[in-house]
Amino acid sequence: MHTATLSTPTTTGADARGGERRSGSFATAAARRRYWVWVSCLIAGSLLLGFGLIAWANPMPLGTRGFWIIAQHRSLAVFVMALVALCQAMATVAFQTVTNNRILTPSIMGFESLYRAIQTTSVYLFGLAGLVSFTGLTAFVFQVGVMMGLACALYGWLLSGRYANLQVMLLIGVVIGGGLGSVSSFMQRLLTPSEFDVLSARMFGSVSNANPVYFPVAIPLIVIAGGVLWFTSRSLNTLSLGREAAINLGVPHRRMTIIVLIATSALIATSTALVGPLTFLGFLVATLAYQVADTYDHRYLFPVAALIGFVVLSAAYFVMNFIFYGSGVVSIIIELVGGTVFLIVIMKKGRL
Amino acid sequence: MIQLSKVLKRYSSEVSIGPVDLEIPSGGITALVGPNGAGKSTMLTMIGRLLGMDEGSITIAGYDVASTKSRDLATIVSILRQENHFITRLTVRQLVGFGRFPYSQGRLNRDDEAIISRYIDFLDLRELETRYLDELSGGQRQRAYVAMVLCQETDYVLLDEPLNNLDIAHSVTMMRHLRAAAAEFDRTIIVVLHDINFAAAYADYICAMKDGAIAEFGPPSAIMRDGVLSTLFNTDITVIPGPNGRPVAIYF
Amino acid sequence: MTGLTTAGPRAPRARSRLFDPRVLLGVLVVAALLVASLFVGVYDVLGSADGWQMFLITRVPRTIALVLAGAAMAMSGLVMQLLTQNRFVEPTTTGTTEWAGLGLLATMIAFPNPPLLVRMVGAVLFAFLGTMVFFAFLRRVTLRSSLIVPLVGIMLGAVVGSISTFVALQTNTLQSLGVWFAGSFVGAIEGQYEVLWIVALVVIAIFLVADRLTVAGLGEDIATNVGLNYHRIVMLGTGLIAIATGVVTVVVGNLPFLGLIVPNIVSMLRGDDLRSNLPWVALLGIGVVTACDILARTIIMPFEVPVSLILGIVGAAVFIGLLLRQRRRGSR
Repeated sequence: MHTATLSTPTTTGADARGGERRSGSFATAAARRRYWVWVSCLIAGSLLLGFGLIAWANPMPLGTRGFWIIAQHRSLAVFVMALVALCQAMATVAFQTVTNNRILTPSIMGFESLYRAIQTTSVYLFGLAGLVSFTGLTAFVFQVGVMMGLACALYGWLLSGRYANLQVMLLIGVVIGGGLGSVSSFMQRLLTPSEFDVLSARMFGSVSNANPVYFPVAIPLIVIAGGVLWFTSRSLNTLSLGREAAINLGVPHRRMTIIVLIATSALIATSTALVGPLTFLGFLVATLAYQVADTYDHRYLFPVAALIGFVVLSAAYFVMNFIFYGSGVVSIIIELVGGTVFLIVIMKKGRL
Repeated sequence: MIQLSKVLKRYSSEVSIGPVDLEIPSGGITALVGPNGAGKSTMLTMIGRLLGMDEGSITIAGYDVASTKSRDLATIVSILRQENHFITRLTVRQLVGFGRFPYSQGRLNRDDEAIISRYIDFLDLRELETRYLDELSGGQRQRAYVAMVLCQETDYVLLDEPLNNLDIAHSVTMMRHLRAAAAEFDRTIIVVLHDINFAAAYADYICAMKDGAIAEFGPPSAIMRDGVLSTLFNTDITVIPGPNGRPVAIYF
Repeated sequence: MTGLTTAGPRAPRARSRLFDPRVLLGVLVVAALLVASLFVGVYDVLGSADGWQMFLITRVPRTIALVLAGAAMAMSGLVMQLLTQNRFVEPTTTGTTEWAGLGLLATMIAFPNPPLLVRMVGAVLFAFLGTMVFFAFLRRVTLRSSLIVPLVGIMLGAVVGSISTFVALQTNTLQSLGVWFAGSFVGAIEGQYEVLWIVALVVIAIFLVADRLTVAGLGEDIATNVGLNYHRIVMLGTGLIAIATGVVTVVVGNLPFLGLIVPNIVSMLRGDDLRSNLPWVALLGIGVVTACDILARTIIMPFEVPVSLILGIVGAAVFIGLLLRQRRRGSR
């Protein structure tokens, strides 16, 4: 009992009757303290890594014009990492909540296959020149539009009406992704090796794929979708109790589910079109966030997840850029780590 | 008062529930009993708007279940289903706190906290309130769920087999809590029960369902009769007077 | 959402015999497809001087390969569905195919230019390991919905696939990887396809142990109760699946969704009676693969598309159809 009496840092005014009991987002005061310690560490780590990525091993002497040009160029990459971390983290946590399943990731729902199919088709039809010219803002908007269009069509088709069923919707999304994958891999084998080399660079997520001209569209999209998730986070808390409990508490379950899924797909579509596919980053980040935050409250989960996402991404880039000199495979390393965590998680006993 | 008129749910061309016309009076405990597959839980989930009906209408205290906003309905009726699994870990107090969501939309104030404490204490969970649900026994966990729906402070409380998986002692404790909640907080509690004797002992009204229709409705004294029960359950049942003037059904 | 396997359509269950006269009709139809397969192709086997030789070197082996691979993959899908009591599992929705691919890749790297047999052993071993991982997962978790199983399986496949991709990228074999994994019967020529006969043994074995696999699918307690060694049967079933998937992946490549759509279509048409369905599953598996292969050969003549492309698209469409049916029946 004594723990409950301590857990009141966010509320003012102590209860005069003594033995004050509060509900809070954390089980105990210790859990709350641990949370804030973690957040501080993650913020410090993010700043350190972000600064490190910008300033470390800069070939020009500090303060010269060349130094600043390089730093500016590098800070762009760091900014992209922050955007991607935010997208993947928020989207995955929200997605796992509405699907009531903590081992799914939104990216498997056809987004990546669609991205790969679009990229492959542009090389297949127009050759290398086609792929190279397929980079401007128009291409970005086109890809985000197609991915969101497919997602919304799926939701509209399978989440409304009498037979609405979330799991069927997810599986159909995955299967459509599989079908698109077959088509892409067929087109890929018809490419010349040089075309394939250029294409394969696009097939893996990399912050160097991002182009600042995308920002005028990407940033507002992320702000809107992220904002929607943030402002629905209290309802998301009830959704994590499942459909029936949420309806009982007066939350319009179906509408909320569709709103959250649309916001999720906007974030994933933006992230994918920005840097390319990152299948298991979101999964890795969300899984770690649940361990670190130890709360049901999305207001606390989202920031931690986003910070972890940034730390993971920037640490991976830092290590691969400055220690192993293999920045091309960063996303694959993250995929491997995320995949391994996935294997560990599914081998734990549980209920799905 | 809960009023059902011509409520029908079709599962397939052969299997359907209803049309049901029923009036459940306000106050006290109404027990829904009947053989397996009679449609008790279906009826309850339709009243609690977790399941849509195909025809007919249900009103609770004059509010139409199909057309009233879900958020407003959440302050009139609460429902607890049999199976509750959450993907997140919650403490008892956090779970019960969710019962205030219809009023607070997730922002708990001082009054909410007082109400939460009241129902935690009411269900004897004070010592356990900072424990996680997965650390509790089945009976304790069930009490926590009930505390959550009571904390919603709705006039109507629907419970789907709350005694499922509880042993005799826990079942009795639970029913006593429900009795007390109905009396103390003036709630109308509708509960699906498996054991006819629990219904006879604790309910004010018994609603007997069979084959998707209402077979009987009345006070225990009217339902607890050899003929009525034997037809209802397709088994020879003898009702004998039990202790405290409660009838007991003997079926073995 | 529960009771997926019992929710299926059921034909009136007459006492089932293994051989139904209608099987003969099915055999005739499939035989006609196989004959068509023998004579479809760019090379004119009837008109050319060396036509007969080409016929023996390419067309006959290819057609035999279709029969073996089609029957084996359809039956492995059935075995998986029996063992897991879930309609939506098969080697592509449980990651087994990806594991086999990874095994193939691993042998390629461990031994430069490995003989076919070594590659096969690698693929079979990995497929076995991967399938056991998946089964272990299924035993550990309590599932609320049978649809979660293929979702997790496909994600598992994606994990394994990303490992393969990483390895391939490091060894500069990414584009070849796509070629190996895409199922195609182009390479099924004399001197190359013969190892596929191994899967004929798998098919026969499945016929013999099918009943025991069904019992094992009901769970360890029930299987033990009727006097079966549960773990041995699960190992046996997994072994059969792994051999079929591993060998077919090495010789032909990936045949997506075949094991899923064939048993489901058969049980839709005939009910869930396992014994009398077995020959139909084998037959329909051969029929579907042959039809898809003929389509793959003719659709952009004189070129060929990999049969996995056709199967991937047709299979995805059928799979989605099955899911929609399930949704109509199983939703609340």
